[in-house]
Amino acid sequence: MVTDPLPLQIFAELFPNGISRYAVGGLLVGLGVIVIYIGTGIPAGASTFLESTLSYVSDQSRFQKYVSSRDWRVVFTLGIVLGGLAFAATVQSGVVTTSLYEPGTTGELYEVAGVTLWTTAVQPWRLFFGGILVGIGTRIGKGCTSGHGVCGVGSASKTSLVGVATFLLVAIVTAQVVAALGVSP
Amino acid sequence: MSEDRHPLFIPLILVGGVIFGFGLGFSHMARPEVVLDFLQFEDLGLPFVMFGAAIVSGIAFAVLPRIRDRAPLTGSRYERRLKPFDRNVLIGGAIFGVGWGLSGICPGAAYASLGIGNVTILWALAGMFVGAYLQGYWRS
Repeated sequence: MVTDPLPLQIFAELFPNGISRYAVGGLLVGLGVIVIYIGTGIPAGASTFLESTLSYVSDQSRFQKYVSSRDWRVVFTLGIVLGGLAFAATVQSGVVTTSLYEPGTTGELYEVAGVTLWTTAVQPWRLFFGGILVGIGTRIGKGCTSGHGVCGVGSASKTSLVGVATFLLVAIVTAQVVAALGVSP
Repeated sequence: MSEDRHPLFIPLILVGGVIFGFGLGFSHMARPEVVLDFLQFEDLGLPFVMFGAAIVSGIAFAVLPRIRDRAPLTGSRYERRLKPFDRNVLIGGAIFGVGWGLSGICPGAAYASLGIGNVTILWALAGMFVGAYLQGYWRS
């Protein structure tokens, strides 16, 4: 029996799905940010949409300061949804194939009109209560994984580096505790 | 403001969003399971997405101001927009961390997740709006 050399075994253990889908996906996320920045000078983050959209239905002064950007933030979010759908209709459906993409085994696949769609097996209560904390935390903390993690880190902002270190560490502890309590998925 | 916008402003935002969302789908960040696998140290791929994207955008943020002064569609200067640091960055970051670690989803990935067919993610999106409303109500 031939076994892989040790470094390859360790790599396969740390990265069971390889790294290319992550690296290519990250390059595309960065490219999306750049396209908007080149044209407009705006480093776009995703979580402000939550508050700017609330300004359509709520008079709270906190949301009103986003009135001037709320329309394009709706468009940005709509673009992200459509980008996900474009991915589903091409790579996820197997219409476009590339060795850089590792399909993985998470969740459930289903098909609608020839498009392979995907749905999560993570329990709704986790998504809902986690979502509430994400909504509170990203807005109090001035950014999320895109605003702090991509744009902020990209501009070497100390505020964003501290923000990212904080939410990464707390998220790791939280996920480990939740898993240790036997909650899965 | 919206009346004197460049006609290509909104289309460009849409194109940027589509590329951004496609990347979140391709990288599997739109799948909460994969984010949770990273946080539980079962698949360490996630930093390649976040820091890969940060490096790509960082290059543009650094190079563009040396090439041109202003963005063509808005006339805004290419400048670093640094957010001031205060205690809220730590408090908010920690609350976000608990939510991210519990759910495995963050705002941008949640929008993309809806696009790849994940109807169940509406629970997370509903939660995010509730959370954003609560903090806005408290702070207004």
